[in-house]
Amino acid sequence: MTIKRRVAVIGAGITLFRRRLKETGKELSYHASKMALDSAEMNLSEIESVVMGTAPDAFDGIHMKSENLLDGAGGTGRPYMRPFVGGGTGVFAPIAGWWHVASGLYDTCLVVAEEKMSPVQPHPQTAFRTIWDPIITRPLQPNLVWIFALEMNRYMTKHNIPKEHIAEVAVKNKSNALDHPSAQLAAKITVEDVMNSETMVWPVQRLDISPPSDGAAALVLASEEVAKKYTDSPVWIDGVGWSLDSSYWTNRDLYYPQYVEEAAKMAYKMAKIDDPPNQVSFAEPYDPFTYKELHHMEGLLLAKKGEAPKLTHEGVTQRDGKLPICPSGGLLGVGNPIAAAGLMKCCEAFWQLRNEAGKRQVDGAETGVCQAWGDLMQVGTVTVFRR
Amino acid sequence: MMTMSEKMKEVPGIYLRDAELKAKDAITFKWRPNAKYVWAGGIAYSRYLEELKNGRIIGRHCSECERILVPPRMFCDKCFRATDEWVYVKDTGTINTYSVSYLDADANRIKEPILVAVIELDGASEGIGILHYVDPKVDPKDLHVGMRLKAVWKPEKERTGSVTDIAYFEPIKEG
Amino acid sequence: MSFDKNTNPLKLHHVIGDMEADYIYTPGIAGDKFFKTLRDEGKFLATHCESCDHTYLPPRMYCERCFLKLDKWIEAESTGVVDTFTLVSEDSNGDKLTEPVLVAFIRIDKTNGGVIHKLGGIDAESAKVGMKVKAVLKDKSKRTGGLTDIAHFTPQ
Repeated sequence: MTIKRRVAVIGAGITLFRRRLKETGKELSYHASKMALDSAEMNLSEIESVVMGTAPDAFDGIHMKSENLLDGAGGTGRPYMRPFVGGGTGVFAPIAGWWHVASGLYDTCLVVAEEKMSPVQPHPQTAFRTIWDPIITRPLQPNLVWIFALEMNRYMTKHNIPKEHIAEVAVKNKSNALDHPSAQLAAKITVEDVMNSETMVWPVQRLDISPPSDGAAALVLASEEVAKKYTDSPVWIDGVGWSLDSSYWTNRDLYYPQYVEEAAKMAYKMAKIDDPPNQVSFAEPYDPFTYKELHHMEGLLLAKKGEAPKLTHEGVTQRDGKLPICPSGGLLGVGNPIAAAGLMKCCEAFWQLRNEAGKRQVDGAETGVCQAWGDLMQVGTVTVFRR
Repeated sequence: MMTMSEKMKEVPGIYLRDAELKAKDAITFKWRPNAKYVWAGGIAYSRYLEELKNGRIIGRHCSECERILVPPRMFCDKCFRATDEWVYVKDTGTINTYSVSYLDADANRIKEPILVAVIELDGASEGIGILHYVDPKVDPKDLHVGMRLKAVWKPEKERTGSVTDIAYFEPIKEG
Repeated sequence: MSFDKNTNPLKLHHVIGDMEADYIYTPGIAGDKFFKTLRDEGKFLATHCESCDHTYLPPRMYCERCFLKLDKWIEAESTGVVDTFTLVSEDSNGDKLTEPVLVAFIRIDKTNGGVIHKLGGIDAESAKVGMKVKAVLKDKSKRTGGLTDIAHFTPQ
């Protein structure tokens, strides 16, 4: 594998995340993109290509919505494309941006991720009715939370994990999010609060789940040569990886996300990481549900299979622990506008590695790993960032 | 130069609360698309549905990886070659994982939970399961990974060639 | 495998369903102001980018060309010129309309934008590209905040 040239992140931007925002998707894309450009002290005219990551059209109710969003994301009259892998999109968009620059085709790329889940009524779950195989699964009228519950149960049963250890993820992330300006559900809660919250689809309870949200985020990518003209502290994209598994999820053992491991191995190989727990300063795995943070930590090879809950319980994953996980507050605390949530994690890596994360700052951050996940428990997307 | 975290006291975006959305003078546009579909079964699923109408579950065999696959497919997703033959599997199986749902398909709360499981069918390869219901009369506390179940079929004249021709799976009474 | 010629999925094993849901769209920051002004005052608003000297109608809060934030709002005319038009004889379900409808793209005077709307008070043979038209608004009591607050455009 020969990579033509190094790619850096030189700017980042993000909007508020809330259940419903007044702005249209275009206006949200604009806010995040403008903020990212301003932070790099760049004009739109210096952007050569644009990548837009945005998940199901069914939320917004606008077919081909990436084209609708185009003008708000600086895409007018430019090479513009949309990668889409469900929830994995937010970390996949910067990977697609990376190809644009690493290939030598463009010197700069604006990567935007936007989601507006509020138009669909009565609840974004309605849009998920159509995610299933129409012949084999839909006649059973499943709710999306079912597969999370089935996966969570398999993971807990296989490793004999007490629910309390999983609940600790919600406590940590919602607390971390108190220091994030975009945060939708930041709060000080306890393990008892989680254990007492309403059971939605056993074993998933209300406080195990991240909320649906509107929001957008953006990154500015540049080649090494161009990056050095704009900043003394570029953040390098040193590794990218992605992998998908079959949609026959009832033919797989859900206790372990093999596809996350495949994506992580691809990214670690590029980044020359062979001992992840000791070579990674912090990680932002995708946490739409509490147990997913643990599931993904193991898939990212940051913990042995079944060991992630123990590390959480011992405080290793706190911001001041040996391996901080989701210092941003994650999806559980900041919010889950599907594609924008993954890119929020990449923005966090950017700010952490430039010592700009304020109260969320992890000491001595050198290498950060971001990961997103989605579809029918299918996709792992991973990026490794370094200062 | 001011760092990002100092600038970021406020991020752009205006929270639109429910009350404002529903206010009398609010500007909103309501729409429901007309988007109806007929999904044809294809080669493999059409046979699967036909056999379900007959009260049987059918799979496909791949002779290269030696797996028996349910739901059946005309190509093996692992070996990427055409599968070789039709094979009937039993309508009994073992719970791989299960869940107890207090939400219906539209995320409405329901009082009586729906019991759902991934059931590894006897006669199919290890780890090859299907999604289906467990008898709602079962006490959720009795569900466990490894529990043995048997399909309860709808009466023949009620079967239409659908995965719902099986009403649900019930526990096998251990003798 | 066989590939039988058949264009009717109902003849095969099939599942019937839909991909429908109810939607509530909100017009956003710029749209909200535009439609409220149209509804309450019967006026068209536009935003102007001073850097590009470009006037947007419908108005935007950002210039898509240079990305400048736009907060210069101006009142636009309600007159314009027919840029192109067509005669529509079927509705969106493909059913025949009782009366065909003239639909046009009307460039609004002194802006770089325009709207798609119906032409009224004119028969099909008389419609011409370049025709000068003006907006006919519904009575204020019937306006709800949408492009349908305009009944149609008619020759000046």
